[in-house]
Amino acid sequence: MGKKILLAHDHVPGIQTYEVYRKHGGYNSVEKAIKTMSPEAVVEEVKKSGLRGRGGAGFPTGMKWSFLAKPEGVPRYIVCNADESEPGTFKDRYLMSRIPHILVEGMITSSFALGVNTSYIYIRGEYFYIVNILEKAIEEAYANGWLGKNILGSGYNLDLFVHVGAGAYICGEETALLESLEGKRGNPRIKPPFPAIAGLYGCPTVVNNVETLAAVPFIVNEGGDEYAKVGIGKSAGTKLISASGHINKPGVYEIEMGITVEDFIYSEEYCGGISNGKKLKAVVAGGSSVPILPADKILNLANGEKRLMSYESLADGGFGGGTMLGSGGFIAMDEDTSIVENLFTFARFYHHESCGQCSPCREGTAWMEKILHKMIDGHATLSDIDLLWEIQAKIEGNTICPLGDAAAWPVASAIRHFRSEFEEYVKNPKAINKVTRMAV
Amino acid sequence: MAKVTIDGRTIEVPDGTTILQAARMIGPEVAPPTMCYYSKLKTSGGYCRTCLVEVTKGSEKDPRPMPKLVASCRTNVMDGMEVGNVTSPKVTEARKGVVEFLLLNHPLDCPICDQAGECHLQDLSYEHGSSKTRTDFERRTFEKIDIGEKIQLHMTRCILCYRCVKVANQITDGRVHGVINRGDHSEISTYVQQAVDNDFSGNVIDVCPVGALTDKTFRFKSRVWFTKPVNAHRNCEKCSGKVNLWYKGEEVLRVTGRKDQWGEVEEFICNTCRFDKKNTSDWTVEGPTAVNRHSVISANHYEVFKQPTEFKLNVVKPLSIEEGEQA
Amino acid sequence: MSDIKFSDETLAVANKIIARYPEGKQKSALIPLLHLAQAEFDGWLSPAAMDYVASLLNIQNIEAYEVASFYSMFNLQPVGKCLIEVCRTSSCWLRGANEVIQHLENKLGIKEGETSTDGMFTLKAVECLGSCGTAPMMMIGAQFHENLTHEKVDAILETCKQEGKRKTYLDNVVVDKY
Repeated sequence: MGKKILLAHDHVPGIQTYEVYRKHGGYNSVEKAIKTMSPEAVVEEVKKSGLRGRGGAGFPTGMKWSFLAKPEGVPRYIVCNADESEPGTFKDRYLMSRIPHILVEGMITSSFALGVNTSYIYIRGEYFYIVNILEKAIEEAYANGWLGKNILGSGYNLDLFVHVGAGAYICGEETALLESLEGKRGNPRIKPPFPAIAGLYGCPTVVNNVETLAAVPFIVNEGGDEYAKVGIGKSAGTKLISASGHINKPGVYEIEMGITVEDFIYSEEYCGGISNGKKLKAVVAGGSSVPILPADKILNLANGEKRLMSYESLADGGFGGGTMLGSGGFIAMDEDTSIVENLFTFARFYHHESCGQCSPCREGTAWMEKILHKMIDGHATLSDIDLLWEIQAKIEGNTICPLGDAAAWPVASAIRHFRSEFEEYVKNPKAINKVTRMAV
Repeated sequence: MAKVTIDGRTIEVPDGTTILQAARMIGPEVAPPTMCYYSKLKTSGGYCRTCLVEVTKGSEKDPRPMPKLVASCRTNVMDGMEVGNVTSPKVTEARKGVVEFLLLNHPLDCPICDQAGECHLQDLSYEHGSSKTRTDFERRTFEKIDIGEKIQLHMTRCILCYRCVKVANQITDGRVHGVINRGDHSEISTYVQQAVDNDFSGNVIDVCPVGALTDKTFRFKSRVWFTKPVNAHRNCEKCSGKVNLWYKGEEVLRVTGRKDQWGEVEEFICNTCRFDKKNTSDWTVEGPTAVNRHSVISANHYEVFKQPTEFKLNVVKPLSIEEGEQA
Repeated sequence: MSDIKFSDETLAVANKIIARYPEGKQKSALIPLLHLAQAEFDGWLSPAAMDYVASLLNIQNIEAYEVASFYSMFNLQPVGKCLIEVCRTSSCWLRGANEVIQHLENKLGIKEGETSTDGMFTLKAVECLGSCGTAPMMMIGAQFHENLTHEKVDAILETCKQEGKRKTYLDNVVVDKY
């Protein structure tokens, strides 16, 4: 069994409640930080830990925190990004519904570290039932003196609120999230300025993912060095992986970074192999936007070594031969899966979720979906494959926010690795449609 | 001050200048095209992506190139920055893509569009687009809505530049229209049946880069190139009263704000000047409006007009002003 | 136009929510208040309902329309008492989301996007709801129904019919054992 940090007490009955959580060391990090540490010292520990943003981008958290501007007399904010919407990702939902207090504790300790007096948890609207769970946890934290005025007699004040969204993947992008939190359409802002300078209400703001903030209590309790010892190289710590698709045991797993992909897929501790005794065909390793890889490429590196579950190893091979850890949304597909049709569901998703603000994404995502739809209907020609390729290339890198890239990469990688399947599909749609599971 | 080089031409500009502004200061040859940016409207720009440029050198201090193309209208210059616009193959490619995206659902109904002849999308596609379309899908349509007696909305032509929303926010009191829905279903709308009507609402027509918002009082009256603009002014309590009158024969068909070389109005005008003053007697006429030689509006009108500065062909000796006057 | 107004109870909740945001930033409460309005006013947001919310926050009506029409959870047209939202993105599709939708269509006698004639059900296919490990799944009100089978779907529909009441996102729901 690998090291567990976030889910260490996942199977303790009643861990959702304050009493049980506290009994298992909950809120110790708040006590330690406020009573014995300076805010700067907390930031220092997070820097030392090597913790990287768990929402998808993997940016070093300590560095992100150190960018936060601190002008006199201007409030600062921490906003927790609980707008988990990347297809294939459901780890934050699991964590918040199972151990809500770990997020509350992480937010208090982090807010103290950054001198923040008001923090918000922005949660996607579809997770409405978790709002109740979080609000109950927050209420308990207030009742026990971890939130509110003069926390632990230190003179430090903090209010924490849950803010609910209403159905928009784009609000996972941090500036769109801030717009949404300000009561506007979730249109990403044009950067610079970055939120660290001008974020919520124009004030310096840090936006961190649920899983990132939940790792802070361990780092403060045990020290950044201890956290850095877990994992492999620059992929420090543990990562929650949401495993789904054609596997025997879908679910959320906390892995120590550095285990092999093979082990993750086939061992009984994790996915338990491919369901129905089928063979693995392809994997989307880090949520819908990361490049899809065929089985041999996800299991092994170009040099024949085994690929590991870590930021670096998954990215090995660059965009041509590698992928990304992303948000840890791990979707496995068996040998019967049509890559074209799976890609269609992604394209439809990005089309649906494009905010419409900038032209390449607004028009390009819709166009790609239409072409894939045409393929599935059996009316496409071989030149449509090239056209898809060219459209994604015209979107990538040319949009305001990363949604454009996120929509382009799955298309690019599917064509790159499965071009012959696209060609077969186009040439002989009837034959393929016989075995297809999808009726569009 | 910051020194910036765009397409090999260097200029020194105050800190805080955007790449686009710096390029415009150098001249139209290096200025990127814009569809959504409007210097008179705060927070405009960044949406259409036509002004993307390549920053090959970030600054003197940090010479690394920027990893992606950047929107020149929303990116400030740094001292020592080097930028590729027309000289960058990456930019040319990306811009071609943007034009294709903007035209993907555009109805191409120029023959019946009042904006034809002064449409920025026409210019853009002529200069940067491809002569062929690669889509055979049906083009997007919207339910037609009526936004009042003065302004005509053609949503199918809209490129979602947000300029009209910013006009309503920044120079009128009370905004009743906006962008509703999401993604490629986004549309300019009032959502409920309502007129966009206040003292300055007509300016949405002038800022619209395409034929999405046009002047109902001018609707189908004439192609713009058959009309002749003159500069005129009147004493107006609400605005500067400085306008262009668009004549066909003796009749004023249309009143608009005066536009500069980038197609932006110099000053916003009020609806009284725009819609209610259509007699020559309402105005003091100053003289013909200078029209860019490349514009179809200039065609055949000003036989005796100032020699365009960009006209440098030696083989054709243009008529000088004096000669013209004598003729 | 009917007289649209929150109940005293809901108004108190609305005011509590508004107070969470700094002075002058009340617009932040727009989305939460639109949720309250949708739940209270028959499951959808009529222009009158949105105007009412805008008036509570002292913003222009168009600002409420712009926001409400952006987010997919806000219904701008009336919907059935039970809005069935079936996820159809990759992970759910891989595990039979399309069959679930087909089954629902057959069972309810309506197509995706339609409402049953008795006004009980509206069927909507939606994008990823973050329940990929328990696919296929659907959401009715705030309740996630996971690891769906035909039998499970039938039972859920039966329960909905028996209860006969409107399901909203604000319902207090029993959390499934994950």
